[in-house]
Amino acid sequence: MTRRVVITGAGTVNALGGDVPATLAAMAAGRGAIGAIDLPDLDRLSIRIGAQVPNWDAAARFDLRSLALYDRCTQFALTAAREAVASAGLTGPLGPRSGVIMGTAAGGIQTWEDNYRAVFQDGKSRVHPLTVPKLMSNAAAAHIAMAYGLTGPALTVATACAASNHAIGLAFQMVRAGMADVMLTGGAEAMLCFGGIKAWEGLRVLSPDGCRPFSHSRNGMVMGEGAGVFVLEARDHALARGAEIWAEVAGFAMTADASDIVMPSQDGAERAMAGALADAGLPPDQVGYINAHGTGTAANDRTETAAIRQVFGDHADRLAVSSTKAMHGHLIGATGAVELLAVILALRDGILAPTINHDGGDGACNLDVVPNVARRADVAAALSNAFAFGGMNAVLALKRA
Amino acid sequence: MDTTAKVIDILAAQALRDPATIGPEDTLATLGLDSLGLVEVIFALEEAFDIAIPFNANDPGESGFDITSVAGLIGAVEGLLGQKAA
Repeated sequence: MTRRVVITGAGTVNALGGDVPATLAAMAAGRGAIGAIDLPDLDRLSIRIGAQVPNWDAAARFDLRSLALYDRCTQFALTAAREAVASAGLTGPLGPRSGVIMGTAAGGIQTWEDNYRAVFQDGKSRVHPLTVPKLMSNAAAAHIAMAYGLTGPALTVATACAASNHAIGLAFQMVRAGMADVMLTGGAEAMLCFGGIKAWEGLRVLSPDGCRPFSHSRNGMVMGEGAGVFVLEARDHALARGAEIWAEVAGFAMTADASDIVMPSQDGAERAMAGALADAGLPPDQVGYINAHGTGTAANDRTETAAIRQVFGDHADRLAVSSTKAMHGHLIGATGAVELLAVILALRDGILAPTINHDGGDGACNLDVVPNVARRADVAAALSNAFAFGGMNAVLALKRA
Repeated sequence: MDTTAKVIDILAAQALRDPATIGPEDTLATLGLDSLGLVEVIFALEEAFDIAIPFNANDPGESGFDITSVAGLIGAVEGLLGQKAA
């Protein structure tokens, strides 16, 4: 049983906006959301910029009983899921032919941090009794399943910066294979906390002054936070209920570099992109846009450019390739989900989201990165790249509805 | 223990080498240290000397911290120690 799979709804919260329309408008406007962050103990961090979700008032969004169970990561996930389900015109419970696959890298890291602080720093002898179900990495998927009565497949994947793409790709495969009719899928991350930043600082790959993907002046990544959730649905199921189709998920491939724990491999990226094209039955010259992984690190952008040139040959010079991380930051395990919104912007709305902060490429980064300003384009098919630490690569191929 | 010996000890621990076999002309490459080994060395130096080393793996040449050789590393650490004392 092989079925076509479409996107019929989406939701998000990220530094660019509290929902999909605000996020797409910000992407189209080329607005950046990276700036000074506000955190306890900021003076003990050497990196003090990020793409923080502004004015997040959890107490106004969730009741106190629920907040005892919802890490910031789960709060973002549930907020995005609510918008996704509503925009798809669905209401729960969706039952055994529906499920959820979420991606995250650090899960409930703020909860780990708060409770370690309580026992190690403040000398407390006990922590809140719901600490375990609050911090567990599958909490967001579990609460989404409960909220909408999704009683089929439910799980969380943790493949660092590729987690959302792996999650969405697996959900796509399940619907295509007939294991479910409707899957909620995406990613959520709230690693932009003291301990999360402190850990990334140590690796010396964060930029102290901004995210400039594919620019000669690029000097590292900038962290973001938030969530993105999509409704993936069998096309026949969506048509039968008269749902609006945003785009078609046409192919997916995942590869492992199996070489270095942090340095990207050109071969692994190439095989993932070529694999997604083959899975979708797409000739490379039909692809008009690639949402790049484009972290703004020296190594990623150079390697990704070379991989795109290798896979697409001469067509690489007719492709638009942008990294929206310069606007919303690197959402780690949620990044692919928010970046898939830029793919929808291209396929559905005909707008290429720009790579902002671009101040000129170099010999190794010389693709059309849609520098600084969005532009109109007629895009029939697109890829979304994610290449994670651990050498785990996941590429999605989408077509216009 | 003087600065030179401490720096060499840290490099030796990372490179799994006898400190006596490491000289000022050695480089990260001759010591077999990759980019992850380097960030571990920098961490160990910061901890041992209580200094903050300006180093960005994206742009090692622009960091103003000499990593081209063991002698360069020792000089850079001494420079930071001098700034701390000043």
